[in-house]
Amino acid sequence: MNAFTLYRRMAGASIKAQLRYPGTFALQLVGNFVTTLLSFFGIWSLFHRFGSIAGWDIGAVAVLYGLVNVSFSVAETLGRGFDVFGSEYVKTGSFDRLLLRPRSTLVLLLGHELRLRPIGRFLQGAFVLGAGFWLSPHVSWNTVWLLPWAVTGGAVMFLGILIGQAALCFITVEGLEVVNVLTYGGVEAGQYPLTMFARWLRRFLTWALPLSAVCYYPALAMLNHPDPLGMPLWFGLLSPAMGFVFLALMVLWWRRGVAGYVSSGS
Amino acid sequence: MKTAAAIEVRDLRKTYQVRDGGSWRGKTREITALDGISFTVPAGEIAGFIGPNGAGKSTAIKILSGILRPTSGTVRVGDLVPWENRIAHVARIGVVFGQRTQLWWDLSVAEGLALLRDIYSVEPERFRRNRDRLAEALDLNGIMDQSVRQLSLGQRMRAEIAAALIHDPEVVILDEPTIGLDAPSKLAVRAFVRDLRRERGTTVLLTTHDMHDIEALADRVIVIGHGRILADSPFEALQATTLSERILEADFTGPPPALFLPDGAVETERGTRSVTITFDPQRLPAPALVAHLSTLPDLGDLRIGRPAIEEIITRFYADHAS
Repeated sequence: MNAFTLYRRMAGASIKAQLRYPGTFALQLVGNFVTTLLSFFGIWSLFHRFGSIAGWDIGAVAVLYGLVNVSFSVAETLGRGFDVFGSEYVKTGSFDRLLLRPRSTLVLLLGHELRLRPIGRFLQGAFVLGAGFWLSPHVSWNTVWLLPWAVTGGAVMFLGILIGQAALCFITVEGLEVVNVLTYGGVEAGQYPLTMFARWLRRFLTWALPLSAVCYYPALAMLNHPDPLGMPLWFGLLSPAMGFVFLALMVLWWRRGVAGYVSSGS
Repeated sequence: MKTAAAIEVRDLRKTYQVRDGGSWRGKTREITALDGISFTVPAGEIAGFIGPNGAGKSTAIKILSGILRPTSGTVRVGDLVPWENRIAHVARIGVVFGQRTQLWWDLSVAEGLALLRDIYSVEPERFRRNRDRLAEALDLNGIMDQSVRQLSLGQRMRAEIAAALIHDPEVVILDEPTIGLDAPSKLAVRAFVRDLRRERGTTVLLTTHDMHDIEALADRVIVIGHGRILADSPFEALQATTLSERILEADFTGPPPALFLPDGAVETERGTRSVTITFDPQRLPAPALVAHLSTLPDLGDLRIGRPAIEEIITRFYADHAS
């Protein structure tokens, strides 16, 4: 059986397990939706009061917010196994059990859980994203095909962060809270236009952690909003690919971690 | 049925680097977990692998399972080197860790077995046959639809064994398979392992702290201590060479009187109504000791037996301490 079919079966089993207690599940879903929506009201009231900030109006910010949240929710759904890797696999020693199975550790960890709870964040992000397009005056509708491309790039980038975080557990054992700076911090930072950040942070968020490459630049292209910093608009058409590059690097780092684990046994 | 594979271990060494005090500072120190062990388990044999905690058992098991790379030495399971081709190797072995579950807590036993079928790519026909056979032999039919979380320890262990064998492994590693089980479950597990070898010729490596497991199952015992092999022989031979002593228990109807024992016997325990005497039958034959004791007042009953198996092993480690 190929890895994809296996993943589908594991994901199916995981969904079944999550739906075993439907009441709890529904409450979690609602909770997830409401808490993430509340965070948008913070931004909304800011723009409601000031109209626009540094040339950005509420429509553009809503698109950024929607993009980053939809992307992150997809990664959260897929990458739960990596998120809990330190606490549920390394600390407890059950990573050994995973290594006893004749499959790639990446496939087995992806199959750990297909998490349904982030659907709340996804719906809420999609809702804000739609509102953002509706509120924006210059949407270039012939570049809206960028949307799934940007979301995919963003989702694989966030998945890359989760895999990198898991690989770090081989060194520190403790699940690294500090990596949340990149995941939740990334979601927060991605909600604001890149021009609001200091130069070093802009560089970091483009070339090291390619957050702006999967959110800000594609959003500019779709909104037909010239980049105040002078990056040509076509950059946003290609830049989501950097999410895949980031993921590939994190996968290599993961493999190194596994090889190190096998030779040290700790 | 596949032919079983043999296990061959030569000069296996494993050292760990540990850091004293703090994870970044502090000097590194080398700990030798395995100091050059060699043994062979022929195809179709059940070998007991015993030793105290910290002797290197778990390290050896991990290396044989392909999840740890040794510092030096060679291992062959069948024609494969475990750590060089993890995926091909683990597809052909089955491992039961008594302390950890292989199944999924939130899934039923049947769902878990079905996922393992997918993970090991077992053909549907063979899967059905194996599942029915294992369910029958391990008495799982009543619990197939229960989630693993709800199983008792004994039920779970039987399900674990089925999970480890669903893909017809050629070599089975059982790590403490009877730990924490009640007596009937222990007997069921032992009976199943015996049948597995007899009917399928599976090679089994068994670690346990329960010497009754060893007595009931193992053709051979490999004793490991301080990272080295201390003994590798049939269990009876180990028993005979290590401890020829006998135990005599005497019960009294009142408080036991003071005893004056002949040479070759010592009082090892005294209760309110009983005395335990350890004696060497070479120097003091049992009938002579019985004759000596039978004149005592208030004597109720006399029992002679061998020392407990745990005692033999404890003695064995003590003799090889250095």
